[in-house]
Amino acid sequence: MTLVIERDSAVAVRAPQPPAAPREMLRPLPDPLLRIAGVSLEYRTPGRVVRAAHRIDLDVYEADRFVLLGPSGCGKSTLLKAVAGFIAPVEGEITLGGVPVRKPGPDRIVVFQEFDQLPPWKTVVENVAFPLRAARGLRHAEALERARATIDKVGLTAFATSYPHQLSGGMKQRVAIARALAMQPKVLLMDEPFAALDALTRRKMQEELLALWDEARMTLLFVTHSIEEALVVGSRVALLSPHPGRVRGEYNCHEYDLSSLGSRSFQAAVQRLHDRLFEPSPETAR
Amino acid sequence: MSPALSPPIRPEYDRVLPPFVEAPVARALPLPTRLWQQGWLRRGLILVALALLWEGLARWQDNDLLLPTFGATLSALVDGLASGEILERTRISLTVLVQGYAVGVVLAFGLTSLAVSTQFGRDLLSTLTAMFNPLPAIALLPLALLWFGLGQGSLIFVLVHAVLWPLALNTYAGFQGVPDPLRMTGRNYGLEGLRYVGQILVPAALPAILSGLKIGWAFAWRTLIAAELVFGASSGRGGLGWYIFQNRNELYTDRVFAGLLLVIAIGLVVETVVFASLERVTVRRWGQVR
Repeated sequence: MTLVIERDSAVAVRAPQPPAAPREMLRPLPDPLLRIAGVSLEYRTPGRVVRAAHRIDLDVYEADRFVLLGPSGCGKSTLLKAVAGFIAPVEGEITLGGVPVRKPGPDRIVVFQEFDQLPPWKTVVENVAFPLRAARGLRHAEALERARATIDKVGLTAFATSYPHQLSGGMKQRVAIARALAMQPKVLLMDEPFAALDALTRRKMQEELLALWDEARMTLLFVTHSIEEALVVGSRVALLSPHPGRVRGEYNCHEYDLSSLGSRSFQAAVQRLHDRLFEPSPETAR
Repeated sequence: MSPALSPPIRPEYDRVLPPFVEAPVARALPLPTRLWQQGWLRRGLILVALALLWEGLARWQDNDLLLPTFGATLSALVDGLASGEILERTRISLTVLVQGYAVGVVLAFGLTSLAVSTQFGRDLLSTLTAMFNPLPAIALLPLALLWFGLGQGSLIFVLVHAVLWPLALNTYAGFQGVPDPLRMTGRNYGLEGLRYVGQILVPAALPAILSGLKIGWAFAWRTLIAAELVFGASSGRGGLGWYIFQNRNELYTDRVFAGLLLVIAIGLVVETVVFASLERVTVRRWGQVR
């Protein structure tokens, strides 16, 4: 990436350096909302059992925008699916608000990367209202009202009665986000939600997501393989190493948003993560 | 680097585009093209062409006993409808047909629901369909007559057999084709068991289910007519198949053709009215099929 622009150098000098944040460390921490404690995950192929993640320890606090960053094969998506309850850990435990995660449930709504996550037989407003009725037990009118309000927020008011196949990829992801927001889950899980979008739409969606977070302050667990996206969207990044996934480190990035793209300190942060991502693995170095 | 390899540097330019008024941006298609886009018109033309071919062939053959003309068949059909006899026969056939079809659909749905939820159900479904799907329903008729006697019971038994296996196979194939994100979305909402099957799997697999329903309907219809041809009137009340058989024995060939024409017509109506409308308000509207 060569996004460095010279005019930002004056700003960059004033911007705080990422690792220096001792003042915040002194404040006593509340209990984490989501605790991933010593979690190992395995998946089965026809021939063998593969360890996708090994003894992961991560704490996610309320209103965090927590990003799982890593190359493919680091088990970040598998970890997200474990938090969602689709996969059971082979060791360790995942607790949400102190309650162990056992199975999928509407307190952890997932936004997938794939566009076919929206039932095609429901219009946009029905798609958002359906889980409100099915899982939250709201009455029809109530669910529709809440669905319409959330659809307004993501800017799809004009498409409320359209079917998913009539929407573009970015609009479908907006519906998926609206559906998740309307449910007001304890934690919103996003599995590379913008990876299948074109670059311009992706940037727009990142901006909108940050604006929505500013308003709702929901807790996000966001999986990505893009360093820039991790720094822009996240407030804290956990870097995972591949084969099997282990936590390489956690880094703060709450000071960056889309306007910091190209600034010196942002570039330095990108470079720092980049170096850690591409360092030779200990096995090959030996 | 040689100068020939670098592209020439050209001046930039900037244009202000006035509103486009030279020609309309969109225009209507010519009338013949629009007419040809109407499916009912194209299909109607096919039917008219077939009727003309039949009429021509029958006149050339010139033997009412072997092949009555389309006109003669139509008038026999009108006579039959006017006297009410053919209507009564059709009503008897359709009553039995709908009963057998409904039972078959319910059983197929139960079997596939079992198959998606348990390993044992899957084995049961695949074994049973492999065993019974190749068996022609009509071959079971002698057995059915032995068990259920000469009457509706035997007919419904063979109808269920004709509908159940192809529909179960199609429905199960449709369930297996439901994309993973959609399945996980359903489970994410906390849906389980029958609610999960009914609210996620069935609508998502509807294209396959509908094609299974269509195949099942055709199988049921042909099985019923064949069964009525074989053992005729059940307790004195014969259906459309019996009507055809009886008139063939009495060499009323035009009535035989009238009966066949009615079977075809009912098939066409069910296909183009019932199933096509069902598809239009569901899978086509939802963009699951083009």
